[in-house]
Amino acid sequence: MSRFVATLPEPQRAALAATYDLAMGARRKQLLLGFIIFVLALAAALRGAEVDPANFWAHLGNFSGYFNRLMTLDTGARVWTDPTDWFWGFFRWLRLLGETVLIAYVGTITGALIAFCACFVASNNLVRSAWLRVTVRRMLEFLRTVPDIVFAMLFVVAFGLGPMPGVLALALHSAGTLGKLFTEVVEGVDMKPIEGIQASGGNWLACVRFGAVPQVLSNFASYTLLRLEMNVRGAAVIGFVGAGGIGEDLLVAIRKFYYQDVSAMLVMIVVCVMLLDMGSERLRHRLLALESHP
Amino acid sequence: MSGMRTAFMDRAAALPAPPPTFSRAAVVIGLGILITYLIGLGVLGVTPWAIFERLPRLFSIVLTMFPPTPGSEAHFWTYLEALGETLAIAFVGTTVASIFAFPLGFLAARNVIANRILHFMSRRVLDCVRSVDTLIWALIWINVVGLGPFAGALAIASTDFAALAKLMSEAIETADQGPVEGIVAAGGNRFHVIRFGLLPQVLPIFASQALYYFESNTRSATIIGIVGAGGIGLYLSEMIRVLEWQEAAFLILMVLATVAAIDVVSRQLRAAIIGAPRG
Repeated sequence: MSRFVATLPEPQRAALAATYDLAMGARRKQLLLGFIIFVLALAAALRGAEVDPANFWAHLGNFSGYFNRLMTLDTGARVWTDPTDWFWGFFRWLRLLGETVLIAYVGTITGALIAFCACFVASNNLVRSAWLRVTVRRMLEFLRTVPDIVFAMLFVVAFGLGPMPGVLALALHSAGTLGKLFTEVVEGVDMKPIEGIQASGGNWLACVRFGAVPQVLSNFASYTLLRLEMNVRGAAVIGFVGAGGIGEDLLVAIRKFYYQDVSAMLVMIVVCVMLLDMGSERLRHRLLALESHP
Repeated sequence: MSGMRTAFMDRAAALPAPPPTFSRAAVVIGLGILITYLIGLGVLGVTPWAIFERLPRLFSIVLTMFPPTPGSEAHFWTYLEALGETLAIAFVGTTVASIFAFPLGFLAARNVIANRILHFMSRRVLDCVRSVDTLIWALIWINVVGLGPFAGALAIASTDFAALAKLMSEAIETADQGPVEGIVAAGGNRFHVIRFGLLPQVLPIFASQALYYFESNTRSATIIGIVGAGGIGLYLSEMIRVLEWQEAAFLILMVLATVAAIDVVSRQLRAAIIGAPRG
């Protein structure tokens, strides 16, 4: 294979090559510096997290062994050979899983309602008063940063064991995350309808109701669905601190080494989450399609 | 004046009726969501009076939180160390996740591996891993490597490598095919295609995503101690359990400050990575 690539005359080529080397050299130096910082940080972190490769390799057998035991019934047979034994508590777990999904649903909707009320007040194109905006934003930020399970621990003490603290915890955390996303959507709306309503004498509420809401509703719904997916996962573990759902049974099963129960519950959770994800993904695509053809 | 007005009203009456604001389907769906919500509230026992009944208790707890204090200086240093451990867990977890996610992302990308079955399988396995929460992974890893931060780091790595691999494969699939075709046309092999065609496009996206995950992992790492996998969560859950609200509030404030600091740093780093000129 012969090559027909036109080459530049030598002096021109050398000048270009020198510029290229200079630029690349600076970049390489920067990259090397970043890499060194990264390695140093990693070394410190490895020490901090007590990472012990020897321990890991020694116990890695435990991991496959653990999965092996997860896949084994108490009788010693493989789980899939006897589904009735494997899922002996199917109806109890199904009820708990239903409770988990319901906690996620109610928590998400409550959070979305709070976020809905807050987002119009927090957006800079609808509200002039800076202190009002900033106060609402700081509150949302606080709700977003405190993990839902911390709220749940707090509420379990205040409200007692049961699904109620779980619902409230998920609601507050979702209000924080959704509030931020909703505010961003509201800040991106077309201002013409709002100005039109203002010009024809509508008050602030009318501006929001007829100017902003019709533009943002499908986006809000899509974000809420996404949050619901995450909250179902969160609700599954919120029972670890006694806030309802399947988490409490799962924690007990893992702690007491009821292997077959652990795998059965995990399978149910994974299937449930995947089904919900698929359903909500389809819904979200339809919502987005709705938006592009109003 | 009055003549004009009637003329205007006549014209308004002659116009077709404005379309209803919401279609019938939207009304039905909205009602369905509302009814399910109300039934859910009832089933779970979350009623306004049940909340109001206990609200004074919540307020008294919140009031006892003030002023937040670490208790003693010794406690403060313990908490600071635990906070460092939390950051270390998040950092190690994200790094390990990225190292594993990087090659896996290529395997799960449709335009690199043309085998549909392999592609489908890797996607489903990633989905499975992803749908198990970090706390559950932490419990499993505790059984393998024992209590401590190492289990926490492994738990974060397990959840995140799946999520990162998925994002990575999506970034590869949406990468511009121009450079790839150019390299193939110039006689480059598969390795050259990945190294010079895809990697320069994908790497900044991947690095920025990894940073983003580090940010969110600092949040996850703060709670992973609740199940005994190291970090500040252990102390936080302990303080709430023994009702030491002032110390609990101090720990929450420490977490908030750290997360805010990490947010700022990571935002700047992300901007630097994405804005950096490509060679």
